[in-house]
Amino acid sequence: MSVDAFITETTIEGADDGPLSGRTVAVKDNISTEGVRTTCGSEMLAEYVPPYDATVVERLKAAGTTVVGKTNMDEFGMGTTTETSAFGPTKNPVDESRVPGGSSGGSAAAVAAGEADVALGSDTGGSIRCPAAFCGVVGIKPTYGLVSRYGLVAYANSLEQIGPLAPTVEAAAELLEVIAGPDERDATTREEGADADYASAADGDVEGLSIGVPTELIEGADDRVVEQFRAALDDLEARGAETHEVSLPSVERAVQAYYVIAMSEASSNLARFDGVRYGPDADVEGNWNESFARVREEGFGDEVKRRILLGTYALSAGYHDKYYAKAQDARAWLKRDFDEALAEADVLASPTMPVLPFELGESLDDPLQMYLADANTVPVNLANLPAISVPAGRADGLPVGLQLIGPTFGERDIIRAASAVEN
Amino acid sequence: MSETPVDPEEVRHVADLARIDLDEDEVDRFAVQFADILSYFDALDDVPEVDAEADLVNVMRADEVREGLSQEEALQNAPETEDGYFKGPNVS
Repeated sequence: MSVDAFITETTIEGADDGPLSGRTVAVKDNISTEGVRTTCGSEMLAEYVPPYDATVVERLKAAGTTVVGKTNMDEFGMGTTTETSAFGPTKNPVDESRVPGGSSGGSAAAVAAGEADVALGSDTGGSIRCPAAFCGVVGIKPTYGLVSRYGLVAYANSLEQIGPLAPTVEAAAELLEVIAGPDERDATTREEGADADYASAADGDVEGLSIGVPTELIEGADDRVVEQFRAALDDLEARGAETHEVSLPSVERAVQAYYVIAMSEASSNLARFDGVRYGPDADVEGNWNESFARVREEGFGDEVKRRILLGTYALSAGYHDKYYAKAQDARAWLKRDFDEALAEADVLASPTMPVLPFELGESLDDPLQMYLADANTVPVNLANLPAISVPAGRADGLPVGLQLIGPTFGERDIIRAASAVEN
Repeated sequence: MSETPVDPEEVRHVADLARIDLDEDEVDRFAVQFADILSYFDALDDVPEVDAEADLVNVMRADEVREGLSQEEALQNAPETEDGYFKGPNVS
């Protein structure tokens, strides 16, 4: 495996006949697979073997796919480059001196390198769309509640969704069809999507489609990225779509709100890793608290510790109103802005990432710089909306992704528009 | 600059609340990074209050006995067990 896309290679056979029979799939290593270790890219879970399957994995098996591996990822999904994995970085198949994006970098790289037909990732603040853009494949972040999170190791539950990565829009839509729909084991799932038909929307027909372009999501982007983005929009117009500018003032506060909420939820979710029911054997003297603290020091990497501590800080007495409560206000503001923009457009379009893929090692020393790269993707998670990243050509030989954002449960709209971009 | 500069003592306090040991290098590095990141978060101060009517529905199911993990499965990942129980460190 030349690009180190997998943490664990395996063969989990699915049903003999199903809609995806014969298709191979790579599964991000924070999605539970019965009998196959699920590490979350962390030393903390290096030996953890789940006794059950995530709902999405059950559905993949029933659909006839063969799981060929568990893919590398930023530790617990915390990163934008797949370099915070305890198992080493994945390389970008397009240019091996570059990162594949994160945190589902292994899943995107597996698809881009042809090591799996399709893949599952999870997207908390852009973790499917970012690596899709950097590796030149398609990735969909579904509407919150469309896909069950049962068996997904939680990082920030109110933001994250499991979704597909694939070489084409149609293949991503087919995979989404299989995993979407209500699940009694995840009370946040909804009835929408129960009998969803997404693949048929990939017909390239954008005649009369209204596309809003948020000015704030273009302003900070690299010129080379913007040039490709504009060219893709011109193509869509030539096919009968109409574009107009929209303004989303709230997105200027989205990155701050996202990180405060995600870190706060992480500080709570990751409290379960105490080395008692699973995890490394600390083998230390001392009481419960001392032992717990030692296991967590050894088991967690830098970025995970940073986020747990900042989340603990943001929720602590005296700071809750300043950070967490204001972040929730920003989230409500974003939802309202998106609702208004989507009242006057069928979909919104932006570059997926404002930058080209980083060189390996380039962003590790400056966490804040890395957080800023998520500016175009995190607003979508805060507003619970669906979005797709589709390849829109290359700049300096490197892939550029175009993001299309739809209204709640508007998956068919973004799939249709994206299918026109790829043709 | 942030209204809330972060000193190493504060990092140690939060690490204690979060039950994570830190060595001295980590404390110093995090103190610098946290000052940067928190000062960036200060931009949330000017976010307006927006009425958010959450569209919430209770999701209920019947409280029926169903199959769960066996005791063996539940214990299979524990570093230490004794007589079918998880074995943890002393509480005090």
